[in-house]
This record gives sequence, structure tokens and C-alpha cells, in this order.
Amino acid sequence: VTVDLGLSPDQQSVEELFSTFFAKEAPPSVARAAEPLGFDRALWDRLAETGAPGMGVEGATMGDLVVAAEQLGRAIAPVPLVEHLAASRAHPVPELCDGSTIATISLRPAVDGVWSLVPAGAVADVVVGVDGDELVAVRSEAPGSGPRNHAAAPLADRPTAGLRTVLGPASQFDAVLAEWQVLTAGALVGIAAAALDLGVEYAKTRVQFGVPIGTFQAVQHALAELPGLIDGARLLTHKAAWAEGPGAIDTGDNAVEDQVALASMAFVFAGDVATHATDRSLHVHGGYGFSEEYDIQLFYRRARGWSLVLDDPAAECRRLADRLFGAR
Amino acid sequence: MDFSLPPEVEAYRQQIRAIVARTVTPERIERCHQTGTFDIPELNQALAAEGLIERAVPGLGKGDPIELWVLFNELEKAQEPFDALAVSVMIAGVVNRVGTEEQKARILPSIIEGRSHVCMGYSEPDYGSDVASITTRAVRDGDEWVINGAKMWTTMAHVADWLILLTRTDPDVPKHRGLTMFILPMDTPGISVEPVPTMATERTNATFYDDVRVGDEAVLGEVDGGWSVMTVALSLERGVMGGTNPGVPLLRHFREWAEASGAITDPLVRERMARVAIDNEVAKLLTQRSAWIAASGGTPGLEGSMTKIFATEAYQKASRWFMQSAGPAGILQFHEDGAAADGWIEYDARHSPVTTIYGGTSEINRNNIAERHLGLPKARR
Repeated sequence: VTVDLGLSPDQQSVEELFSTFFAKEAPPSVARAAEPLGFDRALWDRLAETGAPGMGVEGATMGDLVVAAEQLGRAIAPVPLVEHLAASRAHPVPELCDGSTIATISLRPAVDGVWSLVPAGAVADVVVGVDGDELVAVRSEAPGSGPRNHAAAPLADRPTAGLRTVLGPASQFDAVLAEWQVLTAGALVGIAAAALDLGVEYAKTRVQFGVPIGTFQAVQHALAELPGLIDGARLLTHKAAWAEGPGAIDTGDNAVEDQVALASMAFVFAGDVATHATDRSLHVHGGYGFSEEYDIQLFYRRARGWSLVLDDPAAECRRLADRLFGAR
Repeated sequence: MDFSLPPEVEAYRQQIRAIVARTVTPERIERCHQTGTFDIPELNQALAAEGLIERAVPGLGKGDPIELWVLFNELEKAQEPFDALAVSVMIAGVVNRVGTEEQKARILPSIIEGRSHVCMGYSEPDYGSDVASITTRAVRDGDEWVINGAKMWTTMAHVADWLILLTRTDPDVPKHRGLTMFILPMDTPGISVEPVPTMATERTNATFYDDVRVGDEAVLGEVDGGWSVMTVALSLERGVMGGTNPGVPLLRHFREWAEASGAITDPLVRERMARVAIDNEVAKLLTQRSAWIAASGGTPGLEGSMTKIFATEAYQKASRWFMQSAGPAGILQFHEDGAAADGWIEYDARHSPVTTIYGGTSEINRNNIAERHLGLPKARR
């Protein structure tokens, strides 16, 4: 076989490890209990015991990390592994690898000495971000709280003041952001896949008019469009993880191998798919989907929060257009 | 996952591209749109001259699904009309799999030499998605079979040399069990062809069968085993023989117009172009996955359904967006002054609707996914 789109043996091991870990340690009740802050310190400590925080700098490929991120998304686990992995690859120091220090990245350059709405900013000890014309890592005290938000994510503004390490010119940030986009896309694929499973399970068991609602074509078709979207998002995310650095960009020939372009594509598409899949699954749940008692609403809110924390997808598409078609 | 193509596949791609560049000329594409016959014999013969049709036929040549994907992907990107070739390659694979030695010797050379096409007589005026209910009858009469009935959407029947024909031979058993497949020359007495013009210029046909007499040499597979022959055909197609990347030439055409008109600076136009590029990439990857599954010995039936739904619906969305973005220029047809992308934007709006219908409607594909992939209970229909 000349093409291999299956998980490598390493990736299968990563999938097994994380799916087992999250199934045992982080059922949806854990995400629920961690609201509104969206962080469970004890869960992070147990995750650190598995060595997960150091994966990003200790031999794992981006493809391996995407597999881990998807499992985190499936569990909507309240730990900032995605942010930490992206930050630690930009700032590979020992205290990040053992998880004793939590790191994150600011998605936006600092304005007036403040990074705004930093993912995991409420709980991270180190923030990697752009300040002026430099990419820096700043250690400062985590505030421990932040604005309440749709995803119950530990967002917070962070000052650029603190113990500062210069990592390089600001231009290096594109690659850092691209990796965060790829890993977040992986987590969003996990959300979408979990939402589909919840919707299918509900459709098989909920009885109306004397039959499971999954026997109705209108319900079937709302769910049947999702597997292709989810599989497409997963493939695109893995392709973005596979790409290294600048590469071919020829949309007229359907040839895109550029890391930054593929990362942006994967992030937009996975965000759309997770948003759509959670919307469909919630709808199939009927009124219960809207109630706090059922889990689908947890996934619904995170699908939006985790993707919109960067920007309006339309704005991301316009940046992608600059990369694909040239800036105008 | 490894998304790169190895050197030998890349070399094969370059070989295809060279033939396409030489034979798929604007004049020949124009000829398709003038005549309604969407086929370029010069391409078929050039492929055959390098042994590439035989090489593509599953089970006969190399039959590598990765190559099959690359071949039709290159044809589709070039906007070469590939449907007729795809049917001929697929049916050649069926003949090779289930046909007799006599049938193989009689039928296959003309196909792999690029001289003859096969047309498909499956659907009927009253039976489309429910194809197992067809009523065209084949009745035993001595040593012969006598066929009567009518078929619809028999595209290429007016130029094909061969016809693969699904008939009912036993009306007294459950519908899937009483079907028999025939393969016969189109010049067999009793066959008549009526054109069916379509909105997308391409001509298809209605075909009529009036006491058509054939011998057992025309039976393909077992008598009353027609449904399993249908299954073989579907399993050979694998969702990699074109139709899953129509958005690529559309984006290329639209970009040319957007650059020339200045619309490329419009933020909404840029957003839509980027989204179409994303969808095109996803459609490519889903198709590549089907090829990989087939090459690994699997049957990507459900994955093919997912891919077709996604690719065709994305294509319709792209066509709608780009036609809107082009405004009045988007409604002007080929050869009219000011037509967006020389009329291609308008053409795609005429062509895209059929893609969610033929080759399995989106609804039939969703039924398959719901029941066989998601495990939902059988629907009340």
C-alpha cells in the first residue's frame, strides 16, 4: 500500500492510553463539577503522573499530540493540556515537562501590557505570547479566576509583567499559533465525535409514537450527515499535523501542503463541524438537550467557546485567504 | 498518517497529466458542450496507447485503487468529462470478474483499447433509487432470451458499443432475487435510443427494448444473480472514480474571474474562496481515504457514501456562493461578453444539481449511513 491514512502503532498506543485515562478519570461529571472555572487541579496532577505534559518536547509527533487532543475533547476534560503542549513546544524547559508548571499561549499580541482573554490564563503559571516585536515567555502569578464564559473555560487577561524570557522575534508566533490551532482542532473533533455518539444513543433509546425516534428518517438524516464531516475534520487535522513548515499552496490544483494554511483550515473546519454536530445532537435530544441535566449542553457550549476564543471564523477565513491567494 | 504520495505514484500522476495536457484541449471541451456528448475519444485512445485503461481496470491490470483515484482526480481537476470512461473501466472490471472467458475475449479488447464505451441500463422511468423493483423483462424462449421494457438515464447509449442491462427474469420471488444482468452489443435489433436533453447540456437517453433477442452469451453472471453483479460493480467503483472534487476547477475559474474583475478584494468573496478551498481539501482527503481503504483490502462503501454527500453538497454551496458573488456576470453563459469565467460559473450552477442525485441520492446514502454505520433502527418508509 502506497498511502497510509491509519493511525501509526505509536498513535494507537496514545489513543488507548488517553481514552482509558479520560474514561476513568474524567467522565462528563468531572467537567460539570469543574464549572464555572473549568479547571480540575487534581485531574491535572493525575494527568501529569502519566507524563502527558511533557509529550510535546519528548519525542511525540504533532500527529501523536492530535490523537491525545481528540481524546481530551471527547471527555471535555477540564485540564489545559492543549494550551500547555503548544506553549511547551515553544518554550521547552524542564518544569513544563513534568507538569509542575502550567503554561499557555496568548492568542493575541499584548496591548498596553495586557494579553486579553488568554486560554487557560486563569490557571497557567507561564504565558507565551507576543509583546511588541518579541515572542516571550512570562512567569507570573495565575489569578485563579476569570470572566464567566460560554465554555466554562479558564480564560483570563494576563499582564506581560513578570519573570521574562525572550524566545525570539514575534514572527515566530505564526508557527506557535498554528500548532495551537491544530491541537485545538483535534479537541474539537473529539467534541464532535462525542456529540454524535450522545445523539445516536439518545435516538436509539428515546421512544415516541411507540417507536425509538431513531427510526424516523428526519432524525436519522440529521445524524447521518455528521460522520463524514467528523472524519473529514479528523483527516484535515492530521494532515495539518503532518505538514512541516512552509509548503505548496496551489488551490487550483488542489495541492496545499503548507503548515500554517492547513492549520488554519483544520481549525476553521473542525470548529464548524463541532458547532454543527453539537447543534444537531442537542436538537435530537429535544427539550432534554436544553436542560442542564443532560450532558450534550456541556459539549454544545465548549464547541463554540473553544473555537471562538480565537476569532470570528470569517475573520480567520480572510487570513487564510491571504495565505492561499495572496494579501490584497 | 502519511499524506505524501510515493515517487512511483507521483510519476504515474505526471504521466496522466501529460496525456491530459496533450489531449484535453479547449476545443474538445467546447465540442462536448456543443454536442452534448461528454467524452473525448482522443483522450481515451491516448490513455489506451500507453496501456493505462487496462492498467486501471480492477482485477485485469494493476487495478491499484490509489492509481484509480489519481487517474480520475487528474481528469476531474482538468474538467475532462470522465463519466463515460469511468463506467467503461468499471464495467470492464465486472466482466473480468464475473464474465465467461468467451465474454472477456469478445468484449474487453475494445474497451481497453479505448475504442468502445459501455452504457448502463439500470434505472427505469418508474424505478430510480428503488432499482431492485425494475420491470424490464427477459423471458426464456428456446435457446434465446427475449427482452422487453424501457430504461432511463442511459447516458452514452447513442455512442456506446456495449450495453449492460438489468432485467427481471423471475417476477415471482422477492425483488432482489429475480434479476439477471445482460451485456450485449448496442446494435442488437430491437434497441432504440431517444435523446433526453438536460439542463447541463449533457445529453442522456431513454432506451427502449422491443423483442430484443439474445443468447446465453449475453448473460453476465448467473441467471437470477443480477443483484450480486450490481454489488460487484459498486464494490469496484469504491468512490474513487471521480465526482468528489468538482469544486477544484470551480474555484480555479472563480478565482480567475475575481482577480480580473477586482472582486478578489471583497472580504466576503475572500471568505467564501477560503471556505471553498477548505471544502476542496476535505473532499480530497475523504476520497484519498477511500482509496487507502480499498488498497488495504477493505470495501469503503460507507466511506464512499460520506464522501459523496460531502463533496456534492459542498460543490452546490460553492456554486451558489460564486454565482451570487459574481452578480449579473454569473448568469451569463459561455461566449457572452462579460460572462464570469467565460461562462463556467453559470455552467456549474446548471451542472451541480444533478450531483446529489445520480450515482445514489444523498437521501439513499444517508439511509445507508444511518442504518449501517450509526446502527440506527431500520427506518419506517
